[in-house]
Amino acid sequence: MSALTVVAQAGGGFFRNRSGTPTCEERNGLCPAWIAHHLDRYASPFWQHLVLVLVSVGAGFSNNFTLALMAHRRRWLVGPFVQLTGILYTIPSLAAFFLLLPITGRGSLTAIIALTAYTLLILFRNVVDGLDGVPDEARDAGRGMGLTARQLLWRVELPLAVPAIMAGLRVATTTTVGLAALAFYAGAGGLGAPMEADKAFDSNIVVAGGLCVIMAVGLDAMLVFAERVAAPWARARAAP
Amino acid sequence: MTDTQPAHTEGGPASPQAATVAFRAVGKTYPGASEPAIGELSFEVPAGEICVLVGPSGCGKTTALRLINRMVEMTSGDILLDGRSVRDQPPAELRRHIGYAIQQIGLFPHKTTADNIATVPLLLGWDRERVRARVDELIALIGLEPGEVRDRYPSQLSGGQRQRVGVARALAADPPLLLMDEPFGAVDPINRERLQGELLRLQARLRKTIVFVTHDIDEAIRLGDHIAILRRGGVLAQYAPPAELLMAPADDFVRDFVGADRELKRLALIRAGDADLRPVDDGLAYDLVRDDAGRPVAWLRGGERLPVLAIDRDESLRDALSSLLASPVRYGAVLDDDGRVDGVLAIDAIHRLLRREAGGTGA
Repeated sequence: MSALTVVAQAGGGFFRNRSGTPTCEERNGLCPAWIAHHLDRYASPFWQHLVLVLVSVGAGFSNNFTLALMAHRRRWLVGPFVQLTGILYTIPSLAAFFLLLPITGRGSLTAIIALTAYTLLILFRNVVDGLDGVPDEARDAGRGMGLTARQLLWRVELPLAVPAIMAGLRVATTTTVGLAALAFYAGAGGLGAPMEADKAFDSNIVVAGGLCVIMAVGLDAMLVFAERVAAPWARARAAP
Repeated sequence: MTDTQPAHTEGGPASPQAATVAFRAVGKTYPGASEPAIGELSFEVPAGEICVLVGPSGCGKTTALRLINRMVEMTSGDILLDGRSVRDQPPAELRRHIGYAIQQIGLFPHKTTADNIATVPLLLGWDRERVRARVDELIALIGLEPGEVRDRYPSQLSGGQRQRVGVARALAADPPLLLMDEPFGAVDPINRERLQGELLRLQARLRKTIVFVTHDIDEAIRLGDHIAILRRGGVLAQYAPPAELLMAPADDFVRDFVGADRELKRLALIRAGDADLRPVDDGLAYDLVRDDAGRPVAWLRGGERLPVLAIDRDESLRDALSSLLASPVRYGAVLDDDGRVDGVLAIDAIHRLLRREAGGTGA
């Protein structure tokens, strides 16, 4: 294999080798030295990516929470909401970005709107299911002891729905970390941008992809921890 | 069989904290239903008594109970607590002053024992210190160890413990009235009997007014000072103390419902010590040998020596009769609290007692 084809294979890559021996980069291997030296160029996409995920999931969650509480009071809203969010969920994410571009322009807003839409179905179902899963007798006892509807919701129903809500948040967050890798199509940056910039270079793909995985796992771990704090009872089992 | 003694709470003044409950021609018809669920229900529960609502499923007993704290709103008539209509205050406010315990217990799974019990006191705005003291007092009252169960979640308690905590939670704010909807319905028979005994002992101290729903006539007879038997459509078939219900059923429906063994059920309500006891030297067919302290040793006839059936004076006549039927001698020695022979119980005395109380007519 000639040096020329190696360069061609690395086409558009970050490096050109002037000596004759193929470097790690030229062999398109996994290059620790290169990675260590270039890690800082991923910092900005990483933070962009994280912000996209946090803002989208945050916006999705607060929207959903309101929708789910409305639907909890007025059951007939559940069907339409599920259908609507289900339709949103079936639009391919790329198509969503391109559909929104003429309206909201290139940038984070477009990406966030699309990403938020994807969290809706998961989060809505989970909040509603969580509230539906509250044992009837706990609800009955609460009412019978003189809790108002609002007190019942905040002191009994929502705390008991925490495990289901957290499960939804975890799925939504992990999914959004993956989808946000496409956000650069909407001009919102994120870890998809460096991937696209040198997609033939394995070290680059591994680092950018690896950061996505680390972000997903890290956020998931934080949510697991938050659930333990918010719902210690869910893990309490028969004492020794 | 320590828990099977007839435990009707008699004597003792009602707690000043007990309310009378009066149903005044109460009716409930659900929208769209052709028949009323409750029709023209009228009866009165005196303060400090246990009133048991009993009847076959679909008779509206749970609905009747839930009308009291307005979990179900009546469509006609009125219910008065200490003369005041339940409709005088908003439902949530009303309910905070009425204890509520239901079959599936309904403990909040996400709250510890202490937080569950503290629910109503906190709603009423008690300060933390008072709530904490009250919680520990109640845990001790229901026979559990505060240090052990206070911080446990319901999933970490046994079924019996959960049931007790449910009762403690209903008692938390010292309400004058307690509503209990089959609170022991999901418990096995042995534990149920124990919990019934505990409830009666608790009631002997607290003297609350309790309205209790069950489908089990034996539970009704054991717990009730008064029993209201309902038939389909929420119609009152009979409202009477247990003994009267058993002795004089108002009609065939009540007779069927209390069962063919109602004479035995009556016996369950009478203490052995209250029957006609014969003196030991009353010309019995056997001689009773006693030790120096007056405790029974053996029956003697001729050269024959037979073991003595000893009966506590607080034991029910039903249990005493059962033991007598299995005993080689037709007599049982009824003992006083110190274990001395008080008198002799014979099977025919039980028979005479039933005939006499029923006015000699039988049924």
